[in-house]
This record gives sequence, structure tokens and C-alpha cells, in this order.
Amino acid sequence: MHAFKYHKASSVADAAAALSRGDDAKLLAGGQSLIAALKLRLSAPSDLIDLGGIKELAGIKLEAGGITLGAMTRHAEVARSAEVQAQIPALASLAGGIGDRMVRNMGTLGGSLAHNDPVADYPAAVLGLNATVNTNRRRIAADDFFKGMFETALQAGEIIVSVSFPLPKRAAYIKFKNPASRYAIVGVMAAETAGGVRVAVTGAASSVFRVAAMERALAANWSPDALAGIIVPADKLNADMHASAEYRAHLITVMARRAVQAAN
Amino acid sequence: MKLSMRVNGKPVSAEVEERTLLVAFIRDSLRLTGTHVGCDTGQCGACTVHLDGRAVKSCNILALQAEGADIRTIEGLANPDGTLHPMQEAFREHHGLQCGFCTPGMVMSAVDLVKNHPNPSEETIRAELDGNLCRCTGYHNIVKAVKAAAAKM
Repeated sequence: MHAFKYHKASSVADAAAALSRGDDAKLLAGGQSLIAALKLRLSAPSDLIDLGGIKELAGIKLEAGGITLGAMTRHAEVARSAEVQAQIPALASLAGGIGDRMVRNMGTLGGSLAHNDPVADYPAAVLGLNATVNTNRRRIAADDFFKGMFETALQAGEIIVSVSFPLPKRAAYIKFKNPASRYAIVGVMAAETAGGVRVAVTGAASSVFRVAAMERALAANWSPDALAGIIVPADKLNADMHASAEYRAHLITVMARRAVQAAN
Repeated sequence: MKLSMRVNGKPVSAEVEERTLLVAFIRDSLRLTGTHVGCDTGQCGACTVHLDGRAVKSCNILALQAEGADIRTIEGLANPDGTLHPMQEAFREHHGLQCGFCTPGMVMSAVDLVKNHPNPSEETIRAELDGNLCRCTGYHNIVKAVKAAAAKM
């Protein structure tokens, strides 16, 4: 990889200051995407600011009506958390299906969201459960956070501190995995939230998106059969060697039906 | 930059370039070559070590990220008197390897697996080892070894 300066941040304020000092500084969370990108020279920041030592970014907190996860919470921690399993089992299950066990021991919620890989799982959880992304500057609603491929609403120097998930009435996430990488070819989070039904799809397009037609159908009748015949148009979907756009469109409906079934 | 950590129970410190990967530090600086580089893209798991008790892929972590950490490699798994860890013994008894290249990572990963799933089913073992690739064995004896070791751990 190209050379960089390394800085271990002692606090969020320290990290924000270091970010603004560098020419092209990047935050290092779990590194499971970033280190791999650096090794391939797909990324060449001038400075890496390691968030691994910042205690205020860790922790799982039960609050009235929801759970707030610190940005540096590792996927494995979310998966085995008794609180998350009890309150939002779909979230624990999603976290437990990210990558493999070693990736889950290092990868973080904040890192995944800031990176916004089109085939990552957490974006479907945040959009599907209507979570709020809390940064060092503001709170960003799920519907406003995901902008495009590897693009989010985060501004320069802005750091995700935690993510607040309201408790859904019921929810499930079903993923059709790429058999080699285990990324989502299609992943669907179907949720009945306090604010209504939400269906969030990852893996299929340049960024996570909701399917309004499915949400309307499920609001009238929460059952897999309510989704029969609802197909997302293939023209905006990804096509690659793993799946054509038409196959992804087909998979979205299949996974959505399975998610609705699993949420019962 | 200065770096210190504990490796297999002993304190180590060194001066490392920022972009040194943990696996390179372990293999090249510490000469602990049981940890292997198989794919270098974070997929095969041959580089698996324990960092603060968690199995991680050392080829996908900077050495500096492990500052102050407690690292255990395959060399540190056996007992001080040389007797094998139950997982190592099970791999030996159930022939859970052929060429042995994936084996250190497989064993370190399996130890972490059993710690989190004390009585794992075959299905759980197969699912939870999906970050460790073996090109020789077809995995059957590896799964048998992990199941046998779990019963003794």
C-alpha cells in the first residue's frame, strides 16, 4: 500500500481535529474494507486516524423505545448481545451474517455505514428499521443518509458517533449471499415499524433503497402472498457476473417474501 | 512508529513502518511463521490469530491497530510443557489436514468458534468456519476434529 501517516485518536474531538489537519485523511474503524482497499491501492489517504481506542464510541445502550449502538460496536458484539437479540432480533441476525467470524470480530457498524458499500448488510437495517445516524454534528434520518454508491450524507470531518434503532413491531432480514464473498447479491429487510411498513433492499442497486409498492401491499396485508407479482423494475439494478439485473429483480421479491414470513 | 504488544504471553516492542500489516510483523519481525499468508485479500483465513481473545485476520489489520493488545498465534496455543491444545490434538487424531497450509488459521479460528459455541452442531461448525478456506481436504475431517475438540474443551 502507499505510505500514510498514522494517528491513534484519543477522542472524537481529537479524531475530528486530525481529520481536518490531513491533506486527505481517512478514519480507520475496523479496517475490514479500508485495509483491503489500501492493500489493493484502491485508496491512498495521506493520513489514517484510528478510532479503535475511543471508548465513547463503544457500547450498546437500551433506551426508551429503542437501542443505540456505538459506532465502533463490532458486528460480533451486536450479534451476540442479549439486549439486541431480545429487542431487535432481526438486527442481531443481520450482524451475525456479515462476512465471516474474523471479519465480524473487527468490522464495525459506523465503518460499514460510512463506507456504504452497495452490497453491505447494515444499510438495509438502518433504512429498513428507520434508524437515526448520530454524528458529532447532527442526527441524520435513515431516509436522508444513503446517497449513492460509496456515498453518504456525511460531510467532510463529520464522524458517526452512534446509531439509534427504534424497536420495530416485527422485522426480519433475509440475504441471498454471494457464495464466495458472502456479500448480499440481494438482501431485504422487511419491518413493521412504529411509523409504518418499510422494505429496504441492499445488494441490488448502487445503494440501498425502499420499495414503496411492497410497503403499501404489506401495510394492507402482512403476508408473503401480498407481494406476489410485485417486481422491482430491472433497469436500475446491478448486473454483473454473479447475477443479471432481471435475476436480482426476481430475487428481491423472493427474499422479501421470505423476510415477511420470517418476521412472523 | 513505536509499537508494543504482548505476543503469546511475552511483551514485545519494535519500531514499525505505519503500513506494516500485523501478519508481516508477526512473521517477519517476530519470526513466528506459523501464521500464513494465503490470499492476502482477507478471504482465506490462513492468517488467523487471536487479538484480545478474538479470532481476526492478521493480513487485514495494521500492526499499529494492535498496539497494547494481547496476541496469540498458533505457536502459543500448546501448553507450556509442550502438550497439545485439545483442538491441535483433535486435528492430529482426526487427520484434519493434508498440506497443512490452512491449518494454523483453521485451528485458531476453530478455538474461537468453540469458545462462542461450546457445543456446536456440524451445521454450526460448517457455517462458522466459512472464513477459512482449505483446498486439500474437502473439510470433512476438519469438521470432525472441531466437533471432537469441542467435546473436550
